[in-house]
Amino acid sequence: MPVFRELFNQARAQIREIDAAGAEEVLGSALFLDVREPDEYEQGAIPGSVHIPRGNLELQVEGRVPDRSVPIVVYCAGGVRSAFAAKTLAELGYEDVTSLAGGFNGWKDAGRPWAVPRALSADQRNRYQRHLLLPEVGEAGQQKLLDAKVLLLGAGGLGSPAALYLAAAGVGTLGVVDMDVVDASNLQRQVLHNMDRIGLRKVDSARQTLEALNPDVRVVTYDTRLGADNVLDVISGYDVVVDGTDNFPTRYLLNDAALLARVPVVHGSIFRFEGQVTVFAPYDGPCYRCFVPEPPPPELAPSCSEAGVLGVLPGIIGSLQAMEAIKILLGLGDTLAGRLLAYDALEATFRTFRMQRDPACPACGPDAGELVIAEYDQFCMPHPKEAPALA
Amino acid sequence: MTAVVRLPSQLRPLAGGRAELEVEGRTVGEVLAAAGGVCPGLTERLFDDAGQLRRFVNVFVAEEDVRFHSGLDTPVAPGGVVSIVPAVAGG
Repeated sequence: MPVFRELFNQARAQIREIDAAGAEEVLGSALFLDVREPDEYEQGAIPGSVHIPRGNLELQVEGRVPDRSVPIVVYCAGGVRSAFAAKTLAELGYEDVTSLAGGFNGWKDAGRPWAVPRALSADQRNRYQRHLLLPEVGEAGQQKLLDAKVLLLGAGGLGSPAALYLAAAGVGTLGVVDMDVVDASNLQRQVLHNMDRIGLRKVDSARQTLEALNPDVRVVTYDTRLGADNVLDVISGYDVVVDGTDNFPTRYLLNDAALLARVPVVHGSIFRFEGQVTVFAPYDGPCYRCFVPEPPPPELAPSCSEAGVLGVLPGIIGSLQAMEAIKILLGLGDTLAGRLLAYDALEATFRTFRMQRDPACPACGPDAGELVIAEYDQFCMPHPKEAPALA
Repeated sequence: MTAVVRLPSQLRPLAGGRAELEVEGRTVGEVLAAAGGVCPGLTERLFDDAGQLRRFVNVFVAEEDVRFHSGLDTPVAPGGVVSIVPAVAGG
């Protein structure tokens, strides 16, 4: 029966080792795989490493590193566990694996770059466990969400479900803009609020609900009407805006400001039993004006308060907006930029339509000129540069 | 050449509540004119006085916006679907 030393020598004979100087040369191009235990990893690691403890290697590596041709430098503390790990990786079909001789300790002692990885707390690891299981999210993705800032325009029908899911997902900063107070007629669909909150400012009710749901979330409230005087200040610094406003002038105002500030907008709108969702990626896809060059006259576009809306509808559309926001934050999949997703609740159908950038768009087209942010009337036309902005 | 016109909920009362109409036509203009013929009031909702599509009404043939193709002259294949998708702003 072989003893440890024989097993180790056998493993070393079957793998390639790389010294620290050679490994540092491929830092940035090769994938560094740390196979130490979590308590070792948390005290310091090579920056950008993927961490899979040796005991979980076979179970997790195919999900975390799906490309078997990617060059991998695997390391542990001293180069023993990584030798066995490299052998296992080769057996799993990974084509270009080297084991770091001397391990992390040798690397660190030689003064090569390392850092203390940002780690989730035990509570966070538990709370976000279902995210951490997804290779597309993982710990790095969850950290991104915790660092992300999303602005919700409106704490109403669309903003309620979007805010709840974004808070639950651990988006670290949620801005909420709303100038209304909670009314009993809101509760048929605005699930952020409840009976005890009637008469309270919506932004304060939203803060109470979201902070009770997830203490990781910082809620920034804007108890104000979004206008030309404040829109740029409000949206600047956010990674994504979720548009849950309820009128055309505000949507055009947001569009022009978001183009100026280069902030992507996840658009949602609803009418009775139908909803629309899309993503406006500034100068990378169509903008709101490319899609709706002119608003309909008010008599042809009654608001939900005039025309009614089934309460579940904003729940569905707002949830889709939250999903698109998270996809943008994490760079996941294909967003709805350039596509309109239209949901018809009565037919129970989803249809997509292609949207294009309008070369003649007065806001984002090549001849658009300088955008001026100013209050819009019912016609929502962009303002020429010399137009005075109303305060 | 029968095509299908899909109506949004705002316009369905003009079609007796129906969501889809089957009409004859080879282009978007012909198809929408035929739809207007069977749905009184529809033409005024879709077209301005000059006979142009109103700019807040998006019309798609299959998934394509006719504004970026040949407008009302955009061809419609037999059995093709012409969708009227109005801008809505509710939240």
